[in-house]
Amino acid sequence: MLTFISKRILEAIPTLLILITVSFFLMHSAPGSPFSSERTLPPEVLANINAKYHLDEPVINQYFYYLGGLLQGDLGPSFRYKDFTINELIAQSFPVSAEIGIWSFLVALLIGVGCGIIAALRQNSWLDYGVMGFANLGIVLPNFVLAPLCILFFSIYNHWLPPGGWNGGAWPYLVMPVIAMSTSYIAQIARITRGSMIETMHSNFIRTARAKGLPKYRIIFQHALRPAMLPVVSYLGPAFVGIVTGSVIVDVYFGTGGIGQHFINGALNRDYSMVMGVTILVGTLTILFNAIVDILYAVIDPKIRY
Amino acid sequence: MITTKDKIQAVEQFAEKVVEVEGRSLWQDARRRFFSNHAAVTSLIVLTIITAIALLGPFFSQWNYDDIDWEALSDISTLGRPNIENGHYFGTDTLGRDIFVRTMQGGQISLLVGIMGSAVAIVIGTLYGAASGYIGGRVDSVMMRFLEILNSFPFMFFVIILMTLFGRHIFLIFVAIGAISWLDMARIVRGQTLSLKNKEYIEAAYACGVSTPKIILRHIVPNVLGIVVVYATLLVPNMILLESFISFLGLGVQEPMTSWGALISEGAQNMEIAIWQLAWPLSFLVVTLFCFNFLGDGLRDALDPKDR
Repeated sequence: MLTFISKRILEAIPTLLILITVSFFLMHSAPGSPFSSERTLPPEVLANINAKYHLDEPVINQYFYYLGGLLQGDLGPSFRYKDFTINELIAQSFPVSAEIGIWSFLVALLIGVGCGIIAALRQNSWLDYGVMGFANLGIVLPNFVLAPLCILFFSIYNHWLPPGGWNGGAWPYLVMPVIAMSTSYIAQIARITRGSMIETMHSNFIRTARAKGLPKYRIIFQHALRPAMLPVVSYLGPAFVGIVTGSVIVDVYFGTGGIGQHFINGALNRDYSMVMGVTILVGTLTILFNAIVDILYAVIDPKIRY
Repeated sequence: MITTKDKIQAVEQFAEKVVEVEGRSLWQDARRRFFSNHAAVTSLIVLTIITAIALLGPFFSQWNYDDIDWEALSDISTLGRPNIENGHYFGTDTLGRDIFVRTMQGGQISLLVGIMGSAVAIVIGTLYGAASGYIGGRVDSVMMRFLEILNSFPFMFFVIILMTLFGRHIFLIFVAIGAISWLDMARIVRGQTLSLKNKEYIEAAYACGVSTPKIILRHIVPNVLGIVVVYATLLVPNMILLESFISFLGLGVQEPMTSWGALISEGAQNMEIAIWQLAWPLSFLVVTLFCFNFLGDGLRDALDPKDR
């Protein structure tokens, strides 16, 4: 196991380097630059700005400047928020997205797995249809409809919750973002759980457990749940990365100031260093959680060996 | 071996008398199980109806999807209301265009994006995941790292880059969405393959000298089909939603063409004064996505080869 982990860490370095290289050149090959806006700058000013950010040099030189900075842990200055570096912006917004994300993840996991198990045990009954219908509600309502509906219901009609803002993550400010964030994941987790739970409940070892007279709850929780979680776990790895790196819709509607809006705005405005910064963050997290998923696989299924 | 001629004859005579037992194939069984799931069958019927409406609906309206009703434009919140008499069955949008025809036209785009995108993703994802999981070792390592690199790119990164490189063309939405969404599929299939490949029948096939591509296609892929189908029917609604998210960002279908996502995001902005602009496309989207989800569950239950 230890050799497996150290191998994965060593493999992560070239992976990240390829990721950085490819996204750097892709980003710079897109037409337009951070300073090509509607309000055109005088050519002398533009030349000065370009020189300051090395934008007048060949892309390959810019790439090595960027790598050099990266080695010292510097993600570069933001082209859009001129007074901030990317490090500062990410340090400011990532904890917000991560807090919303972790709560949403826990909510989605609990409700999703619960719904999936209930539906699987009563397959093709009205309970099955009802529970899955409830879980699917999250997937069929687009976030950008759900978010304004939440605000209408909780804030405008009922005055229960503040309509937006963050306030250091106090819980009234967390409720609506967590609802908007977790709903689509609930549906997916419930569906995968239901699918694999039905499959597991039909396998031979469950029949054996039933034949020897084990009570139903022990069959479910001690025998069926573990193998049934295998497909769920492989979904959870990437899902967790997606959920903690935030959503532009949550940021736009609730004004939480998470990382989702930075990425989309960065990409639209050619804020090269912002896009690179977020890409590196997402990349690192993805590699990390894929390794965790692989380890969990081996823990859950003793047949899998590395 | 000692056999006499008359014994052989007796056996042959017996064999002629035996009535051939009708074998049930996997697919016959699957069909029977599928039709016992009422939610799935209903969903299939509703989906067929929605597709038919989306394709044929525009012929039953006097308006075109880019026609502007100048009369209704003067006062959208009253004259733009749903009204059978002036032909705006679902009302008009803020530019006086007919929501009924636009919903139908948007439906064509959304369904096409959903189905095309997932078809691409399923084929690539299943083959990639099965190959990676079955071959294992260094190949698996390399293939999974490659997948990880692709997966580490935020999805919108690809979409935005492609849009800026080639302009806004609906075909590119297919390519971008399909070419990136197979990653989860591949990961799930690989996970299943890892636990399948230690099964006895795979070992038996290997011992018989079946070639690796054949083992993957004949023995691994059919056995992961259950989870592939669930995921595929998860993918179609996801594709439709992703398309709507792209439309929300203003990067989707080029006006005056539209999609359900574009209509919904326009409608959501006016939901307090003109709720029909949100309600009609949203209900079509919600019903369609619900149906795809229940259809997926039904297919999963039907296609599970262990569940006979």
